[in-house]
Amino acid sequence: MSLLEIENVTKTYDALTVLTDVSLLVETGEIIAIIGRSGSGKSTLLRCINGLESIQAGRIVIDGVEVNDPGTDLRKLRQQVGIVFQGFNLFPHLSVCRNITLAPTVTKGIAEADARELAREALVSVGLEDKIDAYPDQLSGGQQQRVAIARSLAMQPKLMLFDEITSALDPELTGEVLRVLEEMSRTGMTMVLVTHEMGFARRFGSRVVFMHEGRVWEQGPAADTLGKPKTKELETFLNAVLH
Amino acid sequence: MIREFGWIDVFYLVAAARWTIALTVAAFIGGGIVGVVMAVLRVSGIAPLRWFAFLYVQVVQGTPLLVLLFLFFFGLAIVGLPVLPWIAVALAFSVYGGAFLGEIWRGALQAIPKTQWEAGSALGLSFTEQLRYIIVPQAVRVAIPPTVGFLVQLIKNTSLAATIGFVELTREAQLTTASTFQPFAAYMIVALLYFLLCFPLTQWSRHLERKINVAA
Ligand SMILES: Nc1ncnc2c1ncn2[C@@H]1O[C@H](COP(=O)(O)OP(=O)(O)OP(=O)(O)O)[C@@H](O)[C@H]1O
Ligand SMILES: [Mg+2]
Repeated sequence: MSLLEIENVTKTYDALTVLTDVSLLVETGEIIAIIGRSGSGKSTLLRCINGLESIQAGRIVIDGVEVNDPGTDLRKLRQQVGIVFQGFNLFPHLSVCRNITLAPTVTKGIAEADARELAREALVSVGLEDKIDAYPDQLSGGQQQRVAIARSLAMQPKLMLFDEITSALDPELTGEVLRVLEEMSRTGMTMVLVTHEMGFARRFGSRVVFMHEGRVWEQGPAADTLGKPKTKELETFLNAVLH
Repeated sequence: MIREFGWIDVFYLVAAARWTIALTVAAFIGGGIVGVVMAVLRVSGIAPLRWFAFLYVQVVQGTPLLVLLFLFFFGLAIVGLPVLPWIAVALAFSVYGGAFLGEIWRGALQAIPKTQWEAGSALGLSFTEQLRYIIVPQAVRVAIPPTVGFLVQLIKNTSLAATIGFVELTREAQLTTASTFQPFAAYMIVALLYFLLCFPLTQWSRHLERKINVAA
């Protein structure tokens, strides 16, 4: 059984069909890079995976739990699926420590003191342990994004989703965030990331998934797929982003 | 008998100001409770609750406060529920305050970006947990100035309670004027008393705003 099973998923917003018959299996430890043009449905797919959006047909199953089953406790499920957004979405009124400890203390009943230790560990893994008592607006964009990653990691998820997490950052800050992802890849974390960083996708992605017009248009091992695209659409896309 | 305007009149006016304060406090507490409920209903995920709160706010905001007062004072008596003026006024002001505070606080809640809710739900927090830990603490900052602004209006609007027999500050001034024939003195003192009630509030609001901005 795969950790994440997406089977024939269709997602519509009223008359607009955003995802059509999308299927994808992700095994534990895999790193999936989702690429594709703007509007091809990449973000929507990620949001469907952790139930932020509902689907109109098909199934999404995470570790045996069906996301769209009305009987599923989505809150429990989301504790196991971390998501990091392009815009960081830190809580500006809370310290870095509290940003990280809020969910563990509230949803898992972890004691405040233990939670701080948890936060410290999560911050060590993103290289920001000295910022534990800072506030989000005292941090650079790259640091904020690393805190957002640490916040998700502190929930000890089985699966991490990343939606263009470096798109709002300049190249230098992008580098520091990508290094954190590299580090995570070594710990065997399963990751699905929407990215424009083709270099990162090639080096660390176990697979590349190219989405086009709401469908999984082409997928395969990262190096092959990026090096020898089989479809004209992927070739066009790669030419556009690489040149 | 016309008598001189004297210290005793000042004393009566100050005493009547206590009623203005009491009415304001009652209205703010009652209106605050109703307002919180309405604001939360307006941002809830359940459409009929949102519509209900919307309708409530629209209807009440479209009704003159005086009409609400009469409705509760005379109306309840007619349907067989004779109420003390005190209760009628408290109810009417709660209904009225609830609509305005509900609208102010809804605005404050909605001023917080949707992505904050989303970050909360992505971490597995429930609707109420998101409200409590993420949305409300941020919305309070936005809500303070308009809430105090409304409170100042409320202090002044309590004078309408005079119409159903309440002797608060403005009514007391009328009575004083009737017996002393010195409207200028009486209403100057009334104006001063209203100012003394309202001014500290606006100052306190500014102070809070400043403090919160520093903390953020
Ligand atoms: N809440 C919504 N309501 C209606 N349409 C939406 C909504 N969210 C997304 N869409 C539409 O769904 C389509 C796919 O959007 P999505 O955000 O998934 O694309 P994307 O591949 O992530 O693009 P980008 O690279 O620009 O982030 C777009 O046409 C978008 O306009
Ligand atoms: Mg997107």
